Amino acid sequence: MDLATFFQQLANAVSLGSLYALIAIGYTMVYGILRLINFAHGDVFMIGSYLAFYAISATAMPWWAAFPVALCLTAALGMGLERIAYRPLRDSPKISVMISAIGASFLLENVGIVVFGGRPKSFPSIALFDTVVKLGSVSVLSVSLFIPAITALSLLFLEYIVHNTKTGLAMRAVSTDLDAARLMAVDVNRVISFTFGLGSLLAGLGGIMWTMRYPQLNPLMGIMPGLKCFIAAVIGGIGNIQGAVLGGFLLGFLEIMIVALLPELTGYRDAFAFVLLILVLLVKPSGLLGKKQTVKV
Amino acid sequence: MIKTTDLNMRFGGLTAVSSLNMEIGKNEIVGLIGPNGAGKTTAFNAITGVYKPSSGHIYFKGRDISGFKPNRITELGIARTFQNIRLWKDLNVIENVLVARHLRMGVGVFSSTLHLPGYMKKEKHSKEMAMSLLASVGLADEAHEAATSLPYGKQRRLEIVRALATEPSLLLLDEPAAGMNPQESIELMDFIAKIRDDFDLTILLIEHHMQVVMGICKRMYVLDYGVTIAHGTPDEIRSNKKVIEAYLGVD
Repeated sequence: MDLATFFQQLANAVSLGSLYALIAIGYTMVYGILRLINFAHGDVFMIGSYLAFYAISATAMPWWAAFPVALCLTAALGMGLERIAYRPLRDSPKISVMISAIGASFLLENVGIVVFGGRPKSFPSIALFDTVVKLGSVSVLSVSLFIPAITALSLLFLEYIVHNTKTGLAMRAVSTDLDAARLMAVDVNRVISFTFGLGSLLAGLGGIMWTMRYPQLNPLMGIMPGLKCFIAAVIGGIGNIQGAVLGGFLLGFLEIMIVALLPELTGYRDAFAFVLLILVLLVKPSGLLGKKQTVKV
Repeated sequence: MIKTTDLNMRFGGLTAVSSLNMEIGKNEIVGLIGPNGAGKTTAFNAITGVYKPSSGHIYFKGRDISGFKPNRITELGIARTFQNIRLWKDLNVIENVLVARHLRMGVGVFSSTLHLPGYMKKEKHSKEMAMSLLASVGLADEAHEAATSLPYGKQRRLEIVRALATEPSLLLLDEPAAGMNPQESIELMDFIAKIRDDFDLTILLIEHHMQVVMGICKRMYVLDYGVTIAHGTPDEIRSNKKVIEAYLGVD
């Protein structure tokens, strides 16, 4: 592999890793607060992409107006999901909530097929994101440069919310001890709702950028990225935001680089994530940045 | 201040609290005692909304609060501490107080995220309040340390400060002297009496250290297997035959 190809692949790896990181954060935040794996998160990502697609193609809105609208709707979808599928089961055994999450995932996929149609749609091209940029001998799509930048901004924004706002403080309190937070007058439902909104917003953002990079939409497009980002969150240490970012990038790099170095393995591309997951779980079951859980009896 | 009428708490076939009739007047310090498993903490959980009473009523300042959500009850002015310390271990000392403090701040998500001037002013005020609360119990120097790095006695105090930050008028203390030596227990008694006066509180406390309960409570209720077997002044309780039986057993 020559240097130019290497940089080409590096650019691909960074943008794929960024996308994984954005989506993985949603899993990790919800897990951090509710100890719940939100299996429908990948489908929220899918709906986010479709919302952006329709906002552009079905209305006359320019992309800079359409995207924020799509993002807000995606956040609302996440909050609605929590309200309908998870909140009524708050005091039920964890397994019930998990089954509800799987159900919500199937529901969103099938509603997607009915409403959006099963045939793939192609995302309209937006000039700003769709031009080829030449950096020396490397040529990349401009969206591949925007993706890491937008991811970095989102991460800073998130970090700021979690560590410098009242709501962020409440989120951290709820995640360490939900019942104690409730008894100190924290409106736990609002905090949880906010967390779902924020996580879904990031998933929507990931969805929009994903479809600009891989401009094909179909109602099942959320399954594989969803699964991989869940794996990324687990690899990094679920419940830990930095861990999710690390896991996302690790997965993105591994996927792109192995295929670049060993092209004959291309067909196994999706399997790498699972192999990495198994390896990490064998060596460090709590994930790379995860804290060891000591269970008091 | 607070009154329970025929409060019952059942879990399946087990009645953890049965017909609890308790009444506490303003600024009283009242003890709730009884052997292990007598239902004391369950009574606390029912009052603070962790459990919904199976039957009966809880009146706080004349208002029926039975079945209210915990955060709503705290808003109305009841705060508590826990038997096994439950500080937020990932937060530092002052943050633990600030979370509780935010209840009385009254600003929304937007102004807090955008750091609007009104928010900044209130946030600054909150921090000052939190610091002065910490200072009043001798924790000011540790404000930015991890809550779990504090020695045990200070963690207990921090829990009390956290409860005070919600500006309660009724404070429920669940075994505040647990794990303390006699000297520390005496200091704690003085501390409880002091905060009652400084913060104009009514206090209900669960305690096993008889020295503590008898020392600061003018009245107490004794539970055994969920049933109120006695209530009265420390002297009356000390000489009550049923209480002695419950604690020492009968042949």
